[in-house]
This record gives sequence, C-alpha cells and structure tokens, in this order.
Amino acid sequence: SFDEYDMFVEHRCSDFGMDSSKNKYPGDSVVTGRGRINGRLAYVFSQVCFLSVHHQVMDQAAMVGAPVIGLNDSGGARIQEGVESLAGYADIFLRNVLCSGLVPQISLIMGPCAGGAVYSPALTDFTFMVKDTSYLFITGPDVVKSVTNEDVTQEQLGGAKTHTAVSGVAHRAFENDIDALLNLREFFNYLPLSNRDPAPVCECHDPSDRLVPELDTVVPMESTKAYDMLDIIRSIVDEREFFEIMPSYARNIVVGFARMNGRTVGIVGNQPKVASGCLDINSSVKGARFVRFCDAFNIPLITFVDVPGFLPGTAQEYGGIIRHGAKLLFAFAEATVPKITVITRKAYGGAYDVMSSKHLRGDANYAWPTAEVAVMGAKGAVQIIFRGKETDAEAEYVDKFANPFPAAMRGFVDDIIQPSTTRMRICHDLDVLASKSQTNPWKKHANIPL
Amino acid sequence: KASLLFFSLQTFEKLLIANRGEIACRVIKTCKKMGIKTVAIHSDVDANAVHVKMADEAVCVGPAPTSKSYLNMDAIMEVIKKTRAQAVHPGYGFLSENKEFARRLAAEGVTFIGPDTHAIQAMGDKIESKLLAKNAKVNTIPGFDGVVKDADEAVRIAREIGYPVMIKASAGGGGKGMRIAWDDEETREGFRFSSQEAASSFGDDRLLIEKFIDNPRHIEIQVLADKHGNALWLNERECSIQRRNQKVVEEAPSTFLDSETRRAMGEQAVALAKAVKYSSAGTVEFLVDSSKNFYFLEMNTRLQVEHPVTECITGLDLVQEMIRVAKGYPLRHKQADIPINGWAVECRVYAEDPYKSFGLPSIGKLSQYQEPLHVPSVRVDSGIEQGSDISIYYDPMISKLITYGSNRAEALRRMEEALDNYVIRGVTHNISLLREVIIHPRFVQGDISTKFLPEVYPDGFKGHQLTDHERRELLATAACLYVAEQLRSQRFLGTPRIPIAKSKRNSWELSVHLGDGIYPVAVSKDGSSFSVEVDGMKLNVTSEWNLALPLLSVTIDGTQRTVQRLSRDASGKTSIQFLGTVYKLQVLTKAAAELSKYMPEKAAEDTSSILRSPMPGAVVAVSVKPGDMVSEGQEICVIEAMKMQNSMIAAKTGKVKAVHCKAGDTVGEGDLLVELE
Repeated sequence: SFDEYDMFVEHRCSDFGMDSSKNKYPGDSVVTGRGRINGRLAYVFSQVCFLSVHHQVMDQAAMVGAPVIGLNDSGGARIQEGVESLAGYADIFLRNVLCSGLVPQISLIMGPCAGGAVYSPALTDFTFMVKDTSYLFITGPDVVKSVTNEDVTQEQLGGAKTHTAVSGVAHRAFENDIDALLNLREFFNYLPLSNRDPAPVCECHDPSDRLVPELDTVVPMESTKAYDMLDIIRSIVDEREFFEIMPSYARNIVVGFARMNGRTVGIVGNQPKVASGCLDINSSVKGARFVRFCDAFNIPLITFVDVPGFLPGTAQEYGGIIRHGAKLLFAFAEATVPKITVITRKAYGGAYDVMSSKHLRGDANYAWPTAEVAVMGAKGAVQIIFRGKETDAEAEYVDKFANPFPAAMRGFVDDIIQPSTTRMRICHDLDVLASKSQTNPWKKHANIPL
Repeated sequence: KASLLFFSLQTFEKLLIANRGEIACRVIKTCKKMGIKTVAIHSDVDANAVHVKMADEAVCVGPAPTSKSYLNMDAIMEVIKKTRAQAVHPGYGFLSENKEFARRLAAEGVTFIGPDTHAIQAMGDKIESKLLAKNAKVNTIPGFDGVVKDADEAVRIAREIGYPVMIKASAGGGGKGMRIAWDDEETREGFRFSSQEAASSFGDDRLLIEKFIDNPRHIEIQVLADKHGNALWLNERECSIQRRNQKVVEEAPSTFLDSETRRAMGEQAVALAKAVKYSSAGTVEFLVDSSKNFYFLEMNTRLQVEHPVTECITGLDLVQEMIRVAKGYPLRHKQADIPINGWAVECRVYAEDPYKSFGLPSIGKLSQYQEPLHVPSVRVDSGIEQGSDISIYYDPMISKLITYGSNRAEALRRMEEALDNYVIRGVTHNISLLREVIIHPRFVQGDISTKFLPEVYPDGFKGHQLTDHERRELLATAACLYVAEQLRSQRFLGTPRIPIAKSKRNSWELSVHLGDGIYPVAVSKDGSSFSVEVDGMKLNVTSEWNLALPLLSVTIDGTQRTVQRLSRDASGKTSIQFLGTVYKLQVLTKAAAELSKYMPEKAAEDTSSILRSPMPGAVVAVSVKPGDMVSEGQEICVIEAMKMQNSMIAAKTGKVKAVHCKAGDTVGEGDLLVELE
C-alpha cells in the first residue's frame, strides 16, 4: 500500500546506520525497492556490501521514469567472490550510464566506500556524503601506505571534507545519517521525475511580483569592491530558500536549486566575494556539470553575471583552462531550457560570452544599471591600447564601455532593469517560457571537450 | 494647517545637516515640513544611505572613518560654501558640541542650530559647567573640581572623596571615557582606560573625579531657550535603564517625580540655562537618589537622542523650535502652555548582541527590515532600510522605537506589540532585552535605577525565561509550523505524468528539541486548525500558515501571538522569535528522533584555550606574545568597537601558543585572536 511505501523510504533510510553495524546476513546487504517521497515515486537501493542483485530496480526506474536513489556503504569487491563481483560492478556502471540524463540519480554515501564501488556514485548526478562517517576512495590508507609510503587517515584521504572542498567528487556533506536523509527528501522535491517531466511547481506563498528594494544598492559603488552573490540570489528566489550544490568547492561560482513562483530553477552565479568571481578550471567544470544537469531535466537556468574574466597564469594554462573553460561554454550553448541572464556588474571578455550570453541563445538577458559589458576592465584596456604612454583615456573608456548602454543598443541585452524588479521580471519570463520548445540538430551525441 | 504658518514666516532657505543616520533623517523631515531645502553630507560608504536619498542635495565629505568624514570640518565648511547653506543642524554626537565648529560657522556667517560658542564651551567642560551650576544655585555632586594629572593623583583624590568614585573625561559625553572605581586598583585601571578612550573619542584626555552616587536614577530636564532671554523647561525624561552608561530605554514623564520635584528640577535647569545665556534646545541631566535629592550631572548643549518622548507628551517639534530660535524668533510658548499629555516610551533598537554584556555590537546587512508602523501610536526614527549595512564605522543603532499612550500601561502594551512586530534580519539585535525590560515587574512598577540591568540580571542577560505554559505554546507553534511545511511540500501544481500519491495522513507524532529538553508533541489536523497535545495538555492552534510572511500571527487557545520564524532547514532545525527572544528548536518525527540516539556524538571544540573576538572591531593592543605564561583573568588584548574599548581576558591559566592578531588589525566576530596551550 501507499503508506507502507512511504514508511519504507523513511525507515529504510533511517535504519541504515544501525543495520550496517548489526546485520551479518549477506543476503540482507542489498535492499531495493520503490516508494514515495512527498507522494512522488522514487526507486531506492541501499548496499552494505557490493552485490549484483539490484540492477532490476534501475531498469524499472528507467522504464517508468522515476529517480534512482542509492544509499551506499560498501567496502568494495569481495575478494572471495572474485571475477563475479567485477562483473557485478560493470552491470551497475552500465545501468548508471544508461540512466544518465533519463532519470535523476542521487548517491548518498553513508559509510566507507572503496574500490570499484566508488565509480557508481561518480557516474550519478549528485553525490552526497555524511561528515565524519563516510569515505570514498579507490584504495584505503593501508594500500596507500604500502604503495606510495604516504601516511594518511581515511578522513584525509576520502572524507566528506576532502571530497566537498578539495576534490569536487561530492556535492554536499551533512552532519549525520538522519540529517543527510532529511536533506535528501528536501532535495528530491526540486527534481523532475525524469527527462520526460517538466520541472516541478510547488505551492508558493511568496508573491511573484514582490519588489526587492535592497537590490538597488547591493552592488558597491567601487567596481573593485566585493559583495555576496548569495545575498542577491536569496533575496530574489522564493522564501530565501536556496539548495546550494558544491558550496565548499570552487567557491568563485555559485550553483544550486531554488524556486521562482513555485517552479524549480537552476541558479548559476559568479561570486565576487571569492577570487573576484573569475572563472578558473574548477569553477568552469562545476558550472558546466550543473548546467548540463538542468538542461537534461528541463530545469530553467537563471544566471547572475559578475565576472572579470578567466583567471590568468601558468597554473591555469598548464592545467588546461582553455579545455575546461570550454566545457562551461559548451554547456550553456547546448542548453535548450529557458535561459534568463542578469548582468549585475562586470561582464568582461570571453567570460561574458560564456555566462549564458544572448549570443548563446539566451531567452531574456538583462543588465542592471551597474553592468559593464566590455572586452576588459578600463584600466587594463587602456594599458594595452596605449602601451607605455601616459594617457587619460581611462575615463573615456569607462564612459564608453563601463555601462550597459553599448550592449543594450546592439541588442546584446534585452533591457536595462531596475534591480528591485528583478524577481518580478524573472517570474513573468518563466511563466511565458514554460512552453519554450527548442531542439538541437540531430546527432548521436555532442562531443563536449572532456 | 501648521505648514501654512511656516511658509508665512521668514526662515532659512537651505540648511545643511552635519550628521548621518536617523537624526539626519529626523531633521530633514522637519525641514521639509517648514519648506527648507536640505543638504546632506555623507562618507563614501554612506552614499546610498537613507538621509542622502531624503535630502535635496548630498555631498560626500570623505572616507568611512568619522575623523575623515563626519568630523572633517574643512570638508564640511567647503560643502557649506559650495551649496550656500545658510544654517547647519549638527544633530547629536559628531560636531554637535564642538565649539570650534560653531566658531568657524559664525566666522562664515552661517547659523549654527544650537547654542552659541560660549554656552557650548562652558557646558562642554565638566569642570567649568560644575562651577557655573554651583553659582547658579543648582545642586551639584561633591567632587574634585580640577583636572587629574596622573593615576597616583587620581588615587589620592579618590581616597579624599571616598569610594566609590566616578572617573570621567572632562570633554566627554554619552558614557564614553567613563569608569567607576571602588578601590585604588580600579582607579588606576579606570584612569588608564578613560584617558585612552577620551583621547580617541574627543581628542582630549583630561579627566576629572567625583563622588559616585550609588544606585541613582538618571532623570533629565529638556530646556528650550531663545536669544531674548526666555527659557522653558519641557518636563523630564527618565533615562535610568542603561548599560555601560549608555541609555537603552527612556520614557517621559518619570514615574518617580512628583510635581513639586519636577518643578524644582525644571526651575534649576532654566536657571542654569539663563546663567549661560543659553539658546536653542538643551538638556540638563540630573542624578536623583532614592530620597528624591537631585544633583546636576551635566548639560548637553544639543538635541538628545531621546527627544521624541518629550515631543510626544508636549506636542512640540523640538527641531522646528530649534530652527525658529536660531533664526531669532522668540519662544512661542509660556511655561504654563507646556503640558504632560499621556505617556511615551522609547526603546533604542541596536544591532548588538544583548547576551554579551547587555550588548556588544554586531554588524551585517539588513536582509529583511520592516518597521512596526501598523501598530497604533508608534513612531520609528530610523536612518536605515532593507539592504542597509550596519558597519563597524558608526553607532550600531538601528532605530528609536517610540510608543505613546494615554497612560503608561497603554504605552508599554503598545511597545510590547511593536517589538513583536518589528522585523530585523541579517544582524543580531537587542529586541529580546528591550522586551524583557519593559515587561519586568520592577520596570512596570517604576522601581528602576541606573543599576537596573546588572541588578535584575546579575549573571548577564539570558533571554526570556519561558513559563511552562509559554513553553507549551512555543512547542505547539514549532510543531504546527513543521506540519504546515510538510503538508505544503506535498502540494504540487499541474498534472504530473506519474500521479502523486495523496497522503491521507492527518496526525503526526513529533519530538521537539528545545534547549536541553526533548518534548513529545502530537499534532492532528482538525479542518483548518491544528489540535496539539503537549505535556498532556490539548491546545488549539490556528493561523493562516503563510510561510513566506516574516510575521506570523498564531492563535493558541484564543491567545494571539506574533511570532517570527527566522530560519528552518531540512533537518527540522528552526529558530523562532517568540516573546522577543529567539529560540532554537529541532522538530523531528518520533521515528527519526528515536534513531537520533544512534548518531555519533560530535566532539565539541575546547573554547577555554582559544580566545575569539566577541564582536567586530579593531585591535588596540595585544599584551601577550607566544610563549608567555598568562593567568586566568589576565588581560590578553584590547578590542575597540564603536569607540568602546573592551579588555579580552584569558579563560584559563596557561602558556600562549599563538597570537593571531596585532595592534591595528580589524577583526570580525568569532575571529581567532589568541590560542593557549
């Protein structure tokens, strides 16, 4: 019955931490099934040890069109089982890949997960971890010690902090199992069930035409001074609720889910507070993956732009910023979901193009009066144009380009808007764009610069 | 009607306000009413401030630090010339009692809205003012009428007068540079701190010492005088509720004064005003002991922060009267025309944390801000709006909240309602303290003194203490909010491809954590209202459950409560402002709560070996270096915020492991300063 399934989702999740320590039955180490979260269908499997008995659940999820949630706590291949366990991995990996873009896949890591088992979460859309009790690594500290002679703890090697702040493998970390499961339930409400479904619309109490007066003064007068893009995002979205993805990794870009007039939206914003909001390798990859998820699952994209450009330097060039920056460019260009962009301040150079510009088929591109759409900042531009010569051309450059008018005159921004009206404009646009239909030319698949 | 009258009077055409924040806005309001054009000055961080938007013209006078902007006389004089302002209203603080500023204005032929240089000088100097008061037959406090040279002399004088003594800056005011000493050691320390603070606040480190009247009331008389030798007293203001010698709650009239004492104080105040040929509005502060003996404390030659309560009970607009007097008009009123109509109470709403020494400054951006103007007879004097920054550069006052009633009980009841309906998000504020003060039985009876806060809260302020029933109300509210949120998260619009399974559930077994307690709460939905069982009692809870509104009106068994849900998260954690105080709760289903037992305990940080900054500010001095041994209670460093110096002490005896700050650093709240081993 319905009630049982509902209880199943909650209880299975909560029981998990207990079971892992007590349960000794191999047959019990995988539990699969389906249930409802806030009335909506979800497929769930949990695994204590890795056994290849749960690919049916993924096959069914793909056929029905409902998300798959994996609760992982797996030590890796059972050496006793030999090659069979390797085959078991591959069965799952294949299904992860086939489900990708079809139904949302979420992994919650609730214990140590080592060896081949880590690749299943890595193939899913979101990986969440539990602080202090969950680990993800290819090989544990003992093997590391014997191979590379490095002394490292489980936590340092593959704990929640490592993967959410350093490696970017995990997307969020939560305090304990219960906290993680409750957050997962909340997160689930943002997602459509499959690529066949529109972004869900929840009942909303926050008026869609609410003015946000503080936005008129949120951007500082000096263009070098930082502000917090999260302030802007929270004040615009419904009830200040923003489910941030990867909040501790590549913090110069902010991505996450929110609602506008009840409808799920994906938000991408440069964060002037961190590294001036520039784009670098990590932030490009973080942004690109998020944009592609939203595009795959019909979630409109709202982009807040304050970007001084790509981060210069040998570290970035040697690391392949060109290749990685191209991912974000590719993702925005390819996306066919409604795309709304608000330039709050700087939109310089190639980074301007990348950040969901009009040229990449933006549906509504707005500029605040503080916007500066230019090839680069006035100071740098004048230094290059008048190399080595004393000049007062900086003021002229500021006059000419450090404002939104040149871009507006050419139609690169659709309107210069009063910041306080931003929420209202976006909500109206989303209503209209709800029926947007756009397709890319047929192909087997595109070739994103991986 | 009133404004027609002003148009017929010749007045200033353009007036510059040499101030910021609420007082600048307050002055601009009256100028608008009188048809006077206004010029605002501002520092660069204040470019978008409310007073700048309100004024007809605004000019930047320098960078954020006050010494370079609002105290920058050269820049301000330049603006006056450029804008051709004919008069200057200095507000309070900044240049309001600066005789040099008044002199320079006079030299340029610009009218200073305030008394003349002579009166500012005489009253601004505590030593001179005391002599003047004595000569004018005003009661004064016994003390040493001279400047104290050094700490040794301070100790000698203190012994002569007899402890306790008050050490204060000769040029001081507003509680700055003021210390009380009960013995020789405290006198030395007080002398050191006061002279430092006096030097940094007023550029004048002269100190004087006088007898400290223990447990007095602080009552002041508003006077108004013109340039024709007329002077009036506009009744008293009771300002006894103070922390660190700064006022928090004020009211007019005072519950303590009988009409005879009031008249005696008023007449002495007027006598003093006349003795210095005072003109404009001014305030004569008195200390009043329990036998209604009153002693002259000081005269403030400016508009006071708390002037609105006087305006409420007398019906006068003090700023307007100041402008009239400055233009040379004689007073419009006779002493007999000055009424006491009703009762007015003012609460100073500060961006500060009342749990730390009754208020340490907090900074931040006002992410949400809504004044309780829908409550009747409420006046809010503020200079900020949603989105404003409360910075470390200026006074952390958010607003002055004034309520008025036909009697004290009515004014206080409205204050309670106004405080509950005040939405301030993004900074820590002192609403909880204000609300506790105004409902405290001692305050309600009028049994107050300047020691009210330390006496009532000897272990520091800890927020509202819930009664059993109030706790049940809070638990029920939190549980219902949780259920309302859960129900809403199941309501999707549109027709999904896979039908949503509608939950038929209408009862919830919850477990609510509040403080150290865990309370089982059962909620069942009963039509549009909730029936809640907590502690074996059944409560009926109704509300609109509009979860987006900052103010939530909840009716619990017929009692209406305005609560604010400040935050919530997916794990059931929520903070709710209830009866003024913010409570942290966690609402879980019974099943989840039972499983919580199996969650590993997280190790807490040992806080005794680390010293964190309790507030944002600047490091003035660091007295230790790595390797030093410190004993518990020893001073480690001094943090200055909003011109107040605070000594940070060691929480335990030990060796200094690392020092993370140096003199001159700017630190934020919670920043690590020093680590002990």
